[in-house]
Amino acid sequence: MALAKRIIPCLDVTDGRVVKGINFLELRDAGDPVEIAKRYDNQGADELTFLDITASSDNRGLILHIIEQVASQVFIPLTVGGGVREVEDVRRLLNAGADKVSINTTAVLNPQMVQDAAARFGSQCIVVAIDAKKVDNQPFDWEVFTHGGRKATGLDAVKWARYMVSLGAGELLVTSMDRDGTKIGFNNPLNRAISDAVDVPLIASGGVGNLQHLVDGVTVGGADAVLAASIFHYGEYTVQQAKKYMRDHNIEVRL
Amino acid sequence: MSKIDIAVVDYGMGNLRSVSKAVEHVADGKSVVVTSNPALIQQAVRVVFPGQGAMPDCMRELDTRHLRDAILHAAANKPFLGICIGMQLLFDHSEEGDTAGLGLFRGDVKRFAAHQVVNNEKLKIPHMGWNQVYQVKNKQSQAHALWQGIADATRFYHVHSYYAAPLDAALIAGETEYPNRFCSVIAKDNIFATQFHVEKSAQAGLQLLRNFVYWKP
Repeated sequence: MALAKRIIPCLDVTDGRVVKGINFLELRDAGDPVEIAKRYDNQGADELTFLDITASSDNRGLILHIIEQVASQVFIPLTVGGGVREVEDVRRLLNAGADKVSINTTAVLNPQMVQDAAARFGSQCIVVAIDAKKVDNQPFDWEVFTHGGRKATGLDAVKWARYMVSLGAGELLVTSMDRDGTKIGFNNPLNRAISDAVDVPLIASGGVGNLQHLVDGVTVGGADAVLAASIFHYGEYTVQQAKKYMRDHNIEVRL
Repeated sequence: MSKIDIAVVDYGMGNLRSVSKAVEHVADGKSVVVTSNPALIQQAVRVVFPGQGAMPDCMRELDTRHLRDAILHAAANKPFLGICIGMQLLFDHSEEGDTAGLGLFRGDVKRFAAHQVVNNEKLKIPHMGWNQVYQVKNKQSQAHALWQGIADATRFYHVHSYYAAPLDAALIAGETEYPNRFCSVIAKDNIFATQFHVEKSAQAGLQLLRNFVYWKP
């Protein structure tokens, strides 16, 4: 089949800069978002994801401005998340040039908002982001966390994924909090469990340290797209190198 | 008032900024206007008809803005590019919400069948991502003018759960596999329409838009 697996560089943005943390903490500066977006587009990135990781009301305007600038120069799909609370936030981001909007904490606090946004703008632009962590004290393996990984919800990540799709989520962005920033690879059992439970595409996120991890994310974890940040931000690999590696391991990619 | 070269039809559905920015990028300074004003659409030399979201909402918003006549007029008279729902709306009918379309072309817009398995992996819906588009040649064995400079089987960015099934096979100017071949491009006279998002398909999409901007059907 000819549909390519996607490689999605992720840009965590705060105060107008791209940063990268480890296990959701310890931020390190990685550069200007517009410049980085252009670089990844030139390298053949299939999409870009921007996460507004501070997302306080005072920098709302900043991310909109960044998306407007990127969307005028980069003609691949852009997903934006972080601090999306209302249907009106979705509209503002789409109008600024985002193609998809990623909803995380609000989906837990107010699932109706996911349904309303999908009904208004279509499932194709509603991504639900799930931050999941392995837990021992629950009758399930992975628990959903919100507020940038600070709050436990008591929700089973697999059941939650199914529920979000039933409300209209068109894609799931699944981040393993245990793996984020560790460079030891995606949490493939988590991704596989969710990918097999839903019909919509799954983006695997959290833990990429080398190119084999991207391949495993697809072949073992069942991901339709793989998201990575630090391996690209600090020049360890280009997106093109990653795609060639995947192609050499019999994965369909856009080259 | 100066002449409008390209009108992008705004009926409140979808990411018009992406479409207008991509058109501007290849339009060499020609005027590009995003508008819901029927009079401006009527004046424009070319019309781009985008669309995202659910088909019933799209039809309702079109009619709320009294755009039906302006669109039918443009589709009958000038270079016209439909994108995504802007392609689906040209047909008689859609399964999505059992909606009547604009009826320019005979055929139904159908949903991808659920629960298909290909190579042991579940077929995901929406069909989302970069897939190859096979150019369909006309009776004279020629590819359409808008394919100029674009290799056959080039990947374009698709995101949709429904696809158009035209009754008249001669309309088909491009096909995509998911998992079966479906019609992802139609062309007739001054009309060209794509299921995929040309405005989000990197260099290949920009080339197609550039071809449209200079197209003389």
